[in-house]
Amino acid sequence: MSTLVIEGLRASVAGREILTGVDLEVAAGEVHAVMGPNGSGKSTLAHVIAGRHGYDVSEGSVRLDGTELLTLPAWRRAEAGLFLAMQYPTEVPGVSLLDMLTESVCTAEGAAVAERMQEEAGRIGFDEKFLARPVNVDLSGGERKRNEALQLGVLKPAFAVVDELDSGLDVDALRFVGDRIEDATEHDGLGVLAITHSSRVFDHLRPDAVHVFAGGRIQESGGPELAEELEADGYERWMPASSKPDAGAAPFTDPFGDPFADLLT
Amino acid sequence: MNQFTVDAARSLPGPRWLAERRSAAAERFAAAEPPTTAAEEWRYSAIADLDLASYRLANGAATAGAPDRSGAGSDVIGIDGAPVTAVVDVVDGQVAAVDGIDRLSAAGAFVGPLAEAAGAEGLLGSVSDGASDYFTVLNDAFAPVPVVVDVPDGAILDGVIVVRHHAREAGAASFPRLVVRVGRAAQATVLDVQHSGGPALVVPVVELDVGPAGRLGYLNLQQHDPRAWQIAAHTARVERDASLVAASVALGGGYARTRADTRLVGRGASGDLLSVYFGAGDQILDFRTYQDHAAPDTTSNLLYKGAVGDSARSVYTGLIRVRPNARGTNAFQTNRNLKLSDDAWAESVPNLEIENNDVRCSHASAVGPVDADQVFYLESRGVPTPVAERLIVAGFFDEVIDALPVRSIEDGVRHALSVKLNQMLSHAA
Repeated sequence: MSTLVIEGLRASVAGREILTGVDLEVAAGEVHAVMGPNGSGKSTLAHVIAGRHGYDVSEGSVRLDGTELLTLPAWRRAEAGLFLAMQYPTEVPGVSLLDMLTESVCTAEGAAVAERMQEEAGRIGFDEKFLARPVNVDLSGGERKRNEALQLGVLKPAFAVVDELDSGLDVDALRFVGDRIEDATEHDGLGVLAITHSSRVFDHLRPDAVHVFAGGRIQESGGPELAEELEADGYERWMPASSKPDAGAAPFTDPFGDPFADLLT
Repeated sequence: MNQFTVDAARSLPGPRWLAERRSAAAERFAAAEPPTTAAEEWRYSAIADLDLASYRLANGAATAGAPDRSGAGSDVIGIDGAPVTAVVDVVDGQVAAVDGIDRLSAAGAFVGPLAEAAGAEGLLGSVSDGASDYFTVLNDAFAPVPVVVDVPDGAILDGVIVVRHHAREAGAASFPRLVVRVGRAAQATVLDVQHSGGPALVVPVVELDVGPAGRLGYLNLQQHDPRAWQIAAHTARVERDASLVAASVALGGGYARTRADTRLVGRGASGDLLSVYFGAGDQILDFRTYQDHAAPDTTSNLLYKGAVGDSARSVYTGLIRVRPNARGTNAFQTNRNLKLSDDAWAESVPNLEIENNDVRCSHASAVGPVDADQVFYLESRGVPTPVAERLIVAGFFDEVIDALPVRSIEDGVRHALSVKLNQMLSHAA
């Protein structure tokens, strides 16, 4: 069974340290929620694990079943069993979903990919007309998230980092997508690291553990009841002095995040 | 020793009016100053490296009567599956073979050497004479056998008319000339292939005349040898309610320049102007476009997309002109370029000149690398980096390839692009 182990992870962007020592262990079949305020660096954690360009990792390790991911290019991490469900899935004009998944080293050769796509599309209510179209182009926020869940279903990773699953999703879509991922944890032993700023997602993707993320590291860990506490009291208690608004420093803005994220929350 | 003399022009075969036209052009050419990069329209070109005197005039007589049925090499993109109405093979400017004359005569249409066409004298130069420059005059003087496609009023030709130009003689200059006339409410599709197998200078002139309510699809497929030079002029005149789809796929040439002028001269005329180009090695691909709106309610839509890798360069310069009487004009111009290596270079210069207020015009241009976020998205799904880049570059060209006026050529164009891209990526690796 798969285990994702993060130890002492430190990373910076443009000389500013965003991850200040992250330690976390998630076992197969488990859902761990990482909850934190905007600007706490939790999307950076997702990107660093997946191998996005633009981050400078200074210390630490991320191992999936003993394989060190940090030294691998992003596609080798996917090959090792990692999947990133993005907060804002990228539009890729001219590249169809079918071509992309067919070229993935995570899928077998042949026509099986198209069949798997249709099957998954049916499960999560993703319109089949999108399967032959360019990836994410002209898709609504909700359709893009369904698309991420569809790809997870086809690629069958051992471990998924799910970044802000509920952003852009209406109630129905959240139910389809959340249930699909939950199902993969139960039947395929998928391990999930769910990054979120609110507990809305937990209606369908029930966490086994909740971690409070602030100041670039995990401040406290607990069971699902910790999410309720956060919902009631907010993150104030865990904010490091240096990142509180009245301390003068602007909270970190992820360069790949949505510039309007603050307006949406 | 410059071979491009008045005497040489005069000695070419043909009817007297043609000989006189050639002589007059040769005299104008002899008196003209060669262009230099000091002139704005040659600013980014490689014209300073052209040594015209180093080329001899292609000896077309040696190849005429010896039809090379393969014409161009086997690397030429084919159109498997599409109906072909006629094929004309032109070697070093001489017509080597014409196939399909019977099918065309049945429709009252003509494809073949100018001298055999009815009303030939009125056809040659009827479109291009309005846009003369140093090299069109050179073509006027030395084009040995212009090829004519003449489609009479009301004739609808479903199949593709293929004209294959092959520059065979190494070190020679050749002057292909193609004149296409589509009559009132007539319809035709022409595939014009330009190919060479070695060092050569090719100076093609293409004239496209689309009569009232006519429809013409024209695709220029440029697959010159990397040692060959091309300096081409394509001039189109589109009359009332007529529509032109003029496209080019430019893959070859050491220096390959195409000037494409589209004049919308009748009310309601429209032009869709498309190009896909891909430079590798040390190729230079150079495009100048002119969308001339000279009548009301005319529409032009230009989309040129290119990629440059290795140390290749591309230049795009485009002008939309809306004349004072051209109210209700819609004119769009988009040029996008992918820069696939640090040493590659692309220039994009769009221009507007608008003399009427009742118009919708826009232009957009971009030069940039393959989008890193798109590459990461594919990588994060397990697509290896070089494959991700190949998919994205191929996808970049898709919207143009899908709109090419010759159907069934899409797969061939995609394949040729991917072969070239793979060669380039394997150099880089």
